[in-house]
Amino acid sequence: MTLLWIIGGIVALVALGWVFRAAGRTTGNATFRDMDLSTAFGYAVALVAVVAGIYTYFLVETAVFFRWAVQGFIIAAVAAFLFRLLGRHVGPDSTRKLFRAMPLTASFGILTILIYAILAIFAGLIAPHGQAEVFGTVNVLPGGDPAVGGDPAFPLGTDQIGRDLLSRLIYGAQNTVGIAFATTLLAFLLGGSMGFLAATLGGWLDNLLSRIVDVLMAIPSLIFALLLMTIASAWAGSHKELLTVYMVIIIAVIDSTRVYRLARAVGSNIVVMDYIEAAKLRGEGLGYLIFKEILPNATAPLLAEFGLRFCFVFLTIASLSFLGVGIQPPLADWGTMVRDLSQFINFAAFSPLTAALPLMAAGAIALLTVAVNFVVDWMLHKSSGLKE
Amino acid sequence: MTTSAKPKLLTIRGLKIEGRSDETWMPIVNGIDLDLHRGEVLGLIGESGAGKSTVGLAAMGFTRDGCRISDGSVNFDGIELVDASADTKRGLLGKRIAYVAQSAAASFNPAHKIIDQHTEGPVTHDVMSKSDSEADAMKLYAKLRLPNPDEIGFRYPHQVSGGQLQRAMTAMAMSCRPDLIIFDEPTTALDVTTQIEVLAAIRNIVEEFDTAAIYITHDLAVVAQMADRIKVLLKGDEVEEADTRTMLSAPTEDYTRSLWAVRSFVRPEKPPADPKATPVVSIRNVTAAYGKVTVLHNVSFDIHAGRTVAVVGESGSGKSTTARCITGLLPPRQGTIAFDGQELPADYRKRTKDQLRQIQMIYQMADTALNPKKSIGEIIGRPVQFYGGLRGAKKRARVEELLREIELEPKKFYHRLPSELSGGQKQRVGIARALAADPKFIICDEVTSALDQLVAEGILKLLARLQDDLGLSYMFITHDLATVRAIADEVVVMKDGRVVEQGAKAEMFAPPHHPYTDLLLSSVPEMDPDWLSNLLAERGADNIGDAAVDKM
Amino acid sequence: MGSVTRIVLQRLALGLLTLFVVSIVIFTAVNLLPGDFAQAILGQGATEEAVNAIRRDLGLDQPPVQRYLEWLGDALQGDLGTSFAQANFANFVGSGTVSELASVTSQIAPRFANTMFLAGVTAAIAVPLSLTLGILAALYRNSVFDKLANITTLTSISSPEFFLAYILILFLAVLNPWLPSLSNIYAGMGFGERLEKTLLPALTLTLVVTAHMMRMTRAAIINLLASPYIEMARLKGLSPMRVIVRHALPNALAPIINVIALNLAYLITGVVVVEVVFVYPGIGQLFVDSVKIRDIPMVQACCLIFAAAYILLNLLADILSIVSNPRLRHPK
Repeated sequence: MTLLWIIGGIVALVALGWVFRAAGRTTGNATFRDMDLSTAFGYAVALVAVVAGIYTYFLVETAVFFRWAVQGFIIAAVAAFLFRLLGRHVGPDSTRKLFRAMPLTASFGILTILIYAILAIFAGLIAPHGQAEVFGTVNVLPGGDPAVGGDPAFPLGTDQIGRDLLSRLIYGAQNTVGIAFATTLLAFLLGGSMGFLAATLGGWLDNLLSRIVDVLMAIPSLIFALLLMTIASAWAGSHKELLTVYMVIIIAVIDSTRVYRLARAVGSNIVVMDYIEAAKLRGEGLGYLIFKEILPNATAPLLAEFGLRFCFVFLTIASLSFLGVGIQPPLADWGTMVRDLSQFINFAAFSPLTAALPLMAAGAIALLTVAVNFVVDWMLHKSSGLKE
Repeated sequence: MTTSAKPKLLTIRGLKIEGRSDETWMPIVNGIDLDLHRGEVLGLIGESGAGKSTVGLAAMGFTRDGCRISDGSVNFDGIELVDASADTKRGLLGKRIAYVAQSAAASFNPAHKIIDQHTEGPVTHDVMSKSDSEADAMKLYAKLRLPNPDEIGFRYPHQVSGGQLQRAMTAMAMSCRPDLIIFDEPTTALDVTTQIEVLAAIRNIVEEFDTAAIYITHDLAVVAQMADRIKVLLKGDEVEEADTRTMLSAPTEDYTRSLWAVRSFVRPEKPPADPKATPVVSIRNVTAAYGKVTVLHNVSFDIHAGRTVAVVGESGSGKSTTARCITGLLPPRQGTIAFDGQELPADYRKRTKDQLRQIQMIYQMADTALNPKKSIGEIIGRPVQFYGGLRGAKKRARVEELLREIELEPKKFYHRLPSELSGGQKQRVGIARALAADPKFIICDEVTSALDQLVAEGILKLLARLQDDLGLSYMFITHDLATVRAIADEVVVMKDGRVVEQGAKAEMFAPPHHPYTDLLLSSVPEMDPDWLSNLLAERGADNIGDAAVDKM
Repeated sequence: MGSVTRIVLQRLALGLLTLFVVSIVIFTAVNLLPGDFAQAILGQGATEEAVNAIRRDLGLDQPPVQRYLEWLGDALQGDLGTSFAQANFANFVGSGTVSELASVTSQIAPRFANTMFLAGVTAAIAVPLSLTLGILAALYRNSVFDKLANITTLTSISSPEFFLAYILILFLAVLNPWLPSLSNIYAGMGFGERLEKTLLPALTLTLVVTAHMMRMTRAAIINLLASPYIEMARLKGLSPMRVIVRHALPNALAPIINVIALNLAYLITGVVVVEVVFVYPGIGQLFVDSVKIRDIPMVQACCLIFAAAYILLNLLADILSIVSNPRLRHPK
């Protein structure tokens, strides 16, 4: 029965597309003459989707989350547009030029990353309370309305042991992002230097390092991280705070294998260039070759890779925390918050804001990775476009 | 040939084409007119960026992704291609207009046999049945002098050599007996001895079926053999058009004349070197290998002070490997390299700073030879500081002196990056970097082959002047015999890792030759439109190109 | 065929070697634990005697190389050791027998089947969906559809699996009670019911995997469509359909197979988090639980299984793309 509905719907959409194209052809426009039916079908689907969206937004009363999503999307788009406008008219010539050819997704990404950076650095000033501060009132509902179990002092409410959720969300930026950033930096230092060394020297060192990396990469990274975290937790014993340090080291080492691969590939591409041969034949030393000849040419791909690796590390840490073996309390972090608050999602029908709490923490993670990915995507597109 | 009497086949009027770069449309072709009669061959020539391939494709009503025809008309036998529907164009393509691409290896689908790709056109366009088309393909292969014409079509593209694939693609273009074929640089990627065979085969078959053709190339001598008329393009504009003989004997435009003039640069001959003098570089019985594959066999020759030795050969002959042995990047298995009579350590890492300084290199691709992140001043300044120990103002003064030496304005170029320079300017910076070491000997590895002809001549003249002023010795690696004629004092001919013949330039260019040298020399197209006809009449189609090499 | 067979055999040997080395790495990692298993099992308060007894019973007094070989030999025969969590060590000391329930293999087997079911359902939805969308995005590149797909897939890739999972729960289980949010699967369940309970975790995984697979398919097809031989086929006047079916697809096979195998390998990691969210009784959830209670033999075994699946899928991708390469299939 459902199948019949689906088939019927597709047939109706194809018919709609056909009518749309036939109507277009009467105008005599060449676009419609050469349009194939599949494109017309695409237009029909888009049309139906837009109509359904508008209907849901204005006429379906229970679609609270849908309305929030649409509003959020519009706000983000407007903010990105304004930010780009600002970038085009303020600042030095070089950044203005950059903003002129920037897609909205990238300007949204940069704006978001800036906001996260500010939140992370000034968390102590921005957050109304401390991250581990316990108040007497537990399980205060979000919204700040005392009539339905809220409290204006805690706009997002408190958790099971009475900590302010808004403050923990803000501190989460500092802890989750900060730790991920440090881990990525460590991974780059390790993997990058090994990769360039292997590319420049070649020979047995290259072979040895590459084989080690091959083996380490043959184990899925999250699985390997979990295995090593088991051992680390035994080492840490009752010193829970040590576990966070171990986690940084473990993830950095695992991730440095990916960085190594890239650095080596980028390095090997540069090493075969004639200007490197010229420098070698001049009698230059290894340090000069790596720092003066190779590295300046590797910054663009490395920077893009840094963004991607950061996302990956960030997601791995969040996942580990979500699974309960990552960042340890009392540090506030988003992964743990999602796990702790996840049951609230069942209140969606009565109190949408409460149900949104775990999604806020998870969304905070997603938003940053999306933002970084948008920027990296743009960078990659730009650098590949310049090559042509 | 009185082409004008024949009916018109293709008329292009005011053709404008734009290409997209960074969301804006930039003009590539700015209004070109073109007429082609049935059975006529039009040569379209120009340097890179002239828009000749774009025009060739537009003649088929086709534009590549990111390009569009913004204005003008393309009329093929009464059909307007610019606003024709996709169906109409598909009916013409392959059937009445066919295309032969530059790289046959990339343009044949690796997943299907050659003959299946050949018969696809005739079967799709209902010209022939599959079996008729297969029989026809074998006839065409025989006409194009492909070996084993009955069998070769049943191979996969990667199982056939480049020159043979190019002929198979010409056969494929002929499969529906089209009225017009577009040849897009069909021999550019081939060695000279392979090129001549393909040229002879293409010309023969186009004449036999009286097919009209547009022959696109940057090589004047090639187009002189193939075309009835020649049209010269420059940066998307037409420079001039005339029939081939008129164009060669009496070009009217300055630009065309300058293209022709490149061929006339020849250095005055030097007296022979003193046989008793110590050569600057002496290569003695060098045998070298990559892994287990021996690529150089017992190579010996000398390079004397102030002289240029051109090392000539086709790809894979071992020219560049010899250079790697001299610089020490590839230590030879046997034999020695001596500099000023003193034996050099085989590995460059074991050579002293002074030994490294004396031997410098200039590379083929200026793009990869200069670090794109360093300014010109830094690139030239580094060897000045590294070898000469100069710093600060003294270093700057020396760099500026070198820039003047290579005819670049020091103030303008000192702080520029390589990406802001033209191809010729980059190559000059490469020369300045070599000079900055104050060497005695410079290896020039195909330094002009990536450059347009006018620019290349400028580089050759500069190198010649520097040699006279500074008493440098050059080893000049090239596959282009015109360049050898222009600049060499002595010539070394290499084939398959062996020295085939060596001697003074005058001797080398006059008979008697070694058979291979003779073949190499005879395969280089000349500007005479009758050259190919004469050569074929003199030697016969079986005694040119690779066929002749195989007989050796 | 000679060279293809040789290359495939080489890759197979290399894959097995990798697996062997990985097993050493896993074994060594576990041996980095402070003290040893016995200490870990009984905790700090155990008497010296009890610890020594367990050490003997588990063979911990043997040298590491011998223990590794024994572990590997047992693992090859399907015996992955004894789970700490299930064995009652109070009775175990001295008795020398282990109940059936406590063996790691008997614990893993049913859960492994569940995980394979989840991965299978995901693949059945994700593979056709993402190939279709990827090819469409490549054919209509730079269109509105392509740009929209780019933003959507990028967002989906960037989101942690649990975010997508909770959003799906919110819309498909809480606000509209169409699907169960908990996947309590048990033995002897009918296929239909099982499918219904698996659907939500499978959809979550589909969202992530489809995004990856679609982007990779799109890139592979665009790369392919830029080949000169595709342009040649167009210039021969062939219909767009024929260009795609006859000229693009035979060459697209290798990259597409590669994309599928790589993403199935990717599924392996994704499964862990998703199983935890939906309390799906698969091997991923078992792994996380064992990590938390430090059930070392179980962790070791799960890790080995995940790594083996990952290596085998990558190997499969490698071999299939070699076999489908016409240049290698028809040597000179």
